[in-house]
Amino acid sequence: MRLGRSMRALSVALTIIGLMALWQIICWAGSIPEYILPPPSDILLRMIEDADSLYRHSLITLWEVFLGFAMAVVIGIPLAILLVYSRYISQSFFPIIVGIHCVPMVSLAPLLIIWFGFGLLTKVLIAFLISFFPIVINTTVGLRSMEKEMLNLAKSLRASSAQTFLYFRLPKALPSIFGGLKVGITLAIVGAIVAEFVASEKGLGYLQLMANSQLDVTMEFAVIFTLGIIGIGLFNLVGWIERLSMPWYHATRKEAD
Amino acid sequence: MLGKRIELLDAEKTFKARSGPVQALRPIRLAIEESSFVSIVGPSGCGKSTLMNMIAGLEPTSGGEIRLAGQSSRKPQEGNAIVFQKDVLLEWRSVLDNVLLPFELHHITWFDRRSKRTNRELAMELLEMVGLAAFADKYPFELSGGMRQRVSICRALIQNPTLLMMDEPFGALDALTREQMMYDLLKIFDKYKFTVLFITHSIEEAVFLSDRVVVMSPRPGAVVRDIPIQLERPRTIDTRANPAFQKHVQEIRDVFKAEGVLKEV
Repeated sequence: MRLGRSMRALSVALTIIGLMALWQIICWAGSIPEYILPPPSDILLRMIEDADSLYRHSLITLWEVFLGFAMAVVIGIPLAILLVYSRYISQSFFPIIVGIHCVPMVSLAPLLIIWFGFGLLTKVLIAFLISFFPIVINTTVGLRSMEKEMLNLAKSLRASSAQTFLYFRLPKALPSIFGGLKVGITLAIVGAIVAEFVASEKGLGYLQLMANSQLDVTMEFAVIFTLGIIGIGLFNLVGWIERLSMPWYHATRKEAD
Repeated sequence: MLGKRIELLDAEKTFKARSGPVQALRPIRLAIEESSFVSIVGPSGCGKSTLMNMIAGLEPTSGGEIRLAGQSSRKPQEGNAIVFQKDVLLEWRSVLDNVLLPFELHHITWFDRRSKRTNRELAMELLEMVGLAAFADKYPFELSGGMRQRVSICRALIQNPTLLMMDEPFGALDALTREQMMYDLLKIFDKYKFTVLFITHSIEEAVFLSDRVVVMSPRPGAVVRDIPIQLERPRTIDTRANPAFQKHVQEIRDVFKAEGVLKEV
């Protein structure tokens, strides 16, 4: 089992190295100018050179992502519970939630700036709005996934409705909830960057915008790489928490493979 | 302790469909003696599961009355335990914790350490009895279908039931496992002496296990025959070779033939 995991990590690493090498070769062979497509070696060097600045701006973006995502979880999951338990709320609020989700966040950003200014709050709100939807939807689907027989079991054991929720419905929904959290965390990054594009003087989005205005394509790629690393890291962090909280689930999946 | 007596006083069930009300069960009048093993056998759609759910208090009746141990009953009662066709084990709990679930919902408070320990011992005894003591700490996905259903039987038994209801409990198992489960169930029945209401579509299974077989026909569901089984207990692997066993099976088969449930082509 351990060997399997390290083998997988190795194959991922080799794939990435292979793709980088291909990119590098294309840049050399095609003698593509670096203001169009810089080779990965330049980008990596640039990341080391500007590590300090990348790190500082990353922290700012991460903070926005974290706050936005946390807000989405804290509001999204209870809302999903209400959606499942209240017919009125599910009928009246659900269309509104879907409607909000269909509005591109970029078009909401200027409004939010007018209301809340250029500060942290605007970015957190945009990250929240964009990561909120998958969390609500997946939690709702998960909470509704309890089959009739399990409900009958709960009833026959004379479980109270609170017990039915805690002992049956919620644990049954966990896999689906974590699915939503994984999508949500990556979307929170998108939200934070979008917000920084629109209005900011710090953060990775700002850094990329600055690089773009100076036609510093290498720096733009350095930011994109950093974002990729952050994205993979946060996604895996959620995955790690998922495995810790549901040992039974991943084991089941492995059996199925 | 004796099992519960079940009385159905013209209990019936009508569903509301889009095209109007559909009668699923005609008024049924039936008494099941305390501590007897009664099977209800019938084809799919004859309402036998609905009947069980009504007795269990999981579905309301549309008319008539159901009495358990002399008391009118509409809700799930203490002392009733159910084994469903699907084992409905909670995948996120170990085998032992699945068995302990009924206790956790009702008896255990966090400071009640002592009862927690005795409950664990009781659960382990039950698992021992069905040969699963070594699997107490496993998760359900690590078990085979037959083992899982055994765990769900333990979960029913730990409630110390006076009425055990089983809704096609072996329906999802392969033939040999199924047969073994029958022997296990008989052993359990001999030991506990509760009332068993056993729903099945297998004639042989019903005859082999029961003191009485209630035969139902579909659309709308109704009791068409009520047959006392004259086979001595304890029943063994050889009981099936008994001419009386064969006679009962044939008798029920004839009922299904007369009802048009079984047709010769």
